[in-house]
Amino acid sequence: MDRQGQIINPSEDPHLPQEKVLKFYRSMTLLNTMDRILYESQRQGRISFYMTNYGEEGTHVGSAAALDNTDLVFGQYREAGVLMYRDYPLELFMAQCYGNVSDLGKGRQMPVHYGCRERHFVTISSPLATQIPQAVGAAYAAKRANANRVVICYFGEGAASEGDAHAGFNFAATLECPIIFFCRNNGYAISTPTSEQYRGDGIAARGPGYGIMSIRVDGNDVFAVYNATKEARRRAVAENQPFLIEAMTYRIGHHSTSDDSSAYRSVDEVNYWDKQDHPISRLRHYLQSRGWWDDEQEKAWRKQSRKKVMEAFEQAERKPKPSPSLLFSDVYQEMPAQLRKQQEALARHLQTYGEHYPLDHFEK
Amino acid sequence: MAAFAATAGGLLRLRAAGSEGQWRRLRGAGLLRGLLQPESATGVAAQRRRVAHFTFQPDPEPREYGQTQKMNLFQAITSALDNSLAKDPTAVIFGEDVAFGGVFRCTVGLRDKYGKDRVFNTPLCEQGIVGFGIGIAVTGATAIAEIQFADYIFPAFDQIVNEAAKYRYRSGDLFNCGSLTIRAPWGCVGHGALYHSQSPEAFFAHCPGIKVVVPRSPFQAKGLLLSCIEDKNPCIFFEPKILYRAAVEQVPVEPYNVPLSQAEVIQEGSDVTLVAWGTQVHVIREVAAMAQEKLGVSCEVIDLRTILPWDVDTVCKSVIKTGRLLISHEAPLTGGFASEISSTVQRSRAIQRAVTGRHPVCRVPSTLPDA
Repeated sequence: MDRQGQIINPSEDPHLPQEKVLKFYRSMTLLNTMDRILYESQRQGRISFYMTNYGEEGTHVGSAAALDNTDLVFGQYREAGVLMYRDYPLELFMAQCYGNVSDLGKGRQMPVHYGCRERHFVTISSPLATQIPQAVGAAYAAKRANANRVVICYFGEGAASEGDAHAGFNFAATLECPIIFFCRNNGYAISTPTSEQYRGDGIAARGPGYGIMSIRVDGNDVFAVYNATKEARRRAVAENQPFLIEAMTYRIGHHSTSDDSSAYRSVDEVNYWDKQDHPISRLRHYLQSRGWWDDEQEKAWRKQSRKKVMEAFEQAERKPKPSPSLLFSDVYQEMPAQLRKQQEALARHLQTYGEHYPLDHFEK
Repeated sequence: MAAFAATAGGLLRLRAAGSEGQWRRLRGAGLLRGLLQPESATGVAAQRRRVAHFTFQPDPEPREYGQTQKMNLFQAITSALDNSLAKDPTAVIFGEDVAFGGVFRCTVGLRDKYGKDRVFNTPLCEQGIVGFGIGIAVTGATAIAEIQFADYIFPAFDQIVNEAAKYRYRSGDLFNCGSLTIRAPWGCVGHGALYHSQSPEAFFAHCPGIKVVVPRSPFQAKGLLLSCIEDKNPCIFFEPKILYRAAVEQVPVEPYNVPLSQAEVIQEGSDVTLVAWGTQVHVIREVAAMAQEKLGVSCEVIDLRTILPWDVDTVCKSVIKTGRLLISHEAPLTGGFASEISSTVQRSRAIQRAVTGRHPVCRVPSTLPDA
């Protein structure tokens, strides 16, 4: 699909049905809307931190759509669209960002560190690339279990420089694991452009060095991403070997709310990608040329999605935070004596000095 | 209470003397040994290179676990691994060189018995080994990872501390890697020098979320390793390499468990509490015997067994009885695990109550620094 949403090579058209492509579009745009509102909410001091996905929605949705719902996902932190595609409710996205009592993660992590056992999305952790060898181990176990399951592991081109990435690739190849390595090459690792991240031919070129079949795709073409992931999945399960997909895209937003990217790149550069090569625009052109979408529907959907997001947002704002006693549980499966003593000490401390703490915002 | 009155000013605390650095021996014991040796023996002994200054002391044959077999430490490990793979079809063993039996022969015969998909080599990459093991455990399968020497565990430190230890907590118990066990040869062996002798337990003791275990003998090792493998938290199991062949005792053939987080009082005494783990337990047993013989001092000897979470109650109970505590370990002094034990014991309210004969005067919560 080109930038105007026209299929370039008809033999590669996945011929997806209308409902499915509309689901792609709605997932990508709903994510975009949620990103705008939550980014703003950080600016207003309502949440502490946020990371947007602007420009990379195609990589998330195209790949997620090509997987089975039970395929295990290991992400880095910029893959919320995968969860969105798997119908993770807005309420839970917000709950995690607000760290409120509804958060499945019990309010322990910074925003955007989502996780969902039901949707087979392993909880995000901050250290980069640590998920890569873990994903390989999970794939090995899936192979042993004859589960007909693939594991997909997302990471950025920056994280691919970590030793854990090298470790993961090598293990996946030598141990013959059914895993898809999905690299989102978005041009920057915070302020570090790819010219300072590597001198070789990107990440895809590293794959053959490990004996891994690799492909580079246009990450802003949601159908190309879909096709590559679909084929990789089929072969990974059938042949028990890893595949590497490098999706070329562009990080339109700042790295996070703690970043102002105008410090290291021009507004013109960002605008170019936003206006000329955006996965959402390209898909919209495709939909419109098919007669599956029009301006009226666009207007209505924008209003509806914004309303859904705002409702979830307002609800999340009102909920309290989890109880301070949850600081000590789940460190181990059972609570050891020393931790219980610390928990009791905190409880006593709060009884005497509670006035110095914002206990009203927390559940008892 | 006369003894308590004499020490009311504070607990008398002795530490293993000697230089900081990778090599540690209880210097006092060495000197005493020199004094105790008959002259003829010293002459012959001086010409032979001595690589160990302890004698492994086997425990009495256990009766309650069925048939036993003479095993050394590595054979006891193999037996535990064999039992695990037999019971648990998801269990796999992996690491460098485990396929042919391992550089310390801990995995001999297992690949033939259980298949190459269950006992296999990985590339030479500790961060990969542990990361891979975490991933297996996340799916619920049992992962038994081997790090070839504890000295080489550091590339995996990030995966252990930032990932394994925090997996359950950070996910709100949605995910965990509790079925991961990491094994590594540990401790002085005589000729190992800087990089085949380390005891890194103190680095990991500072990491809530994992368990750290060190056995003193074949019987303890099999039971503790089985407990680690079955434990629902990621565990690090350090195996004193000098004991692999030197320690021999009767070990049950069938699986059994030695509990984690329970220290063992292996000898009762009244004048001083001696605490150690791994190889050093045998050294302090000897010290206890010498102290009794030469100084008339009655020592209570405790094998800590689990470093994290450690059995505070058993140690405190013993120190309340004896009034004195000595902790001995091979690892360097500064920041060594003896510091954690001695500071916790001294801060313990049970100890404070025992020493002062009444509750502490200031009812401050114990999380605030003591005056």
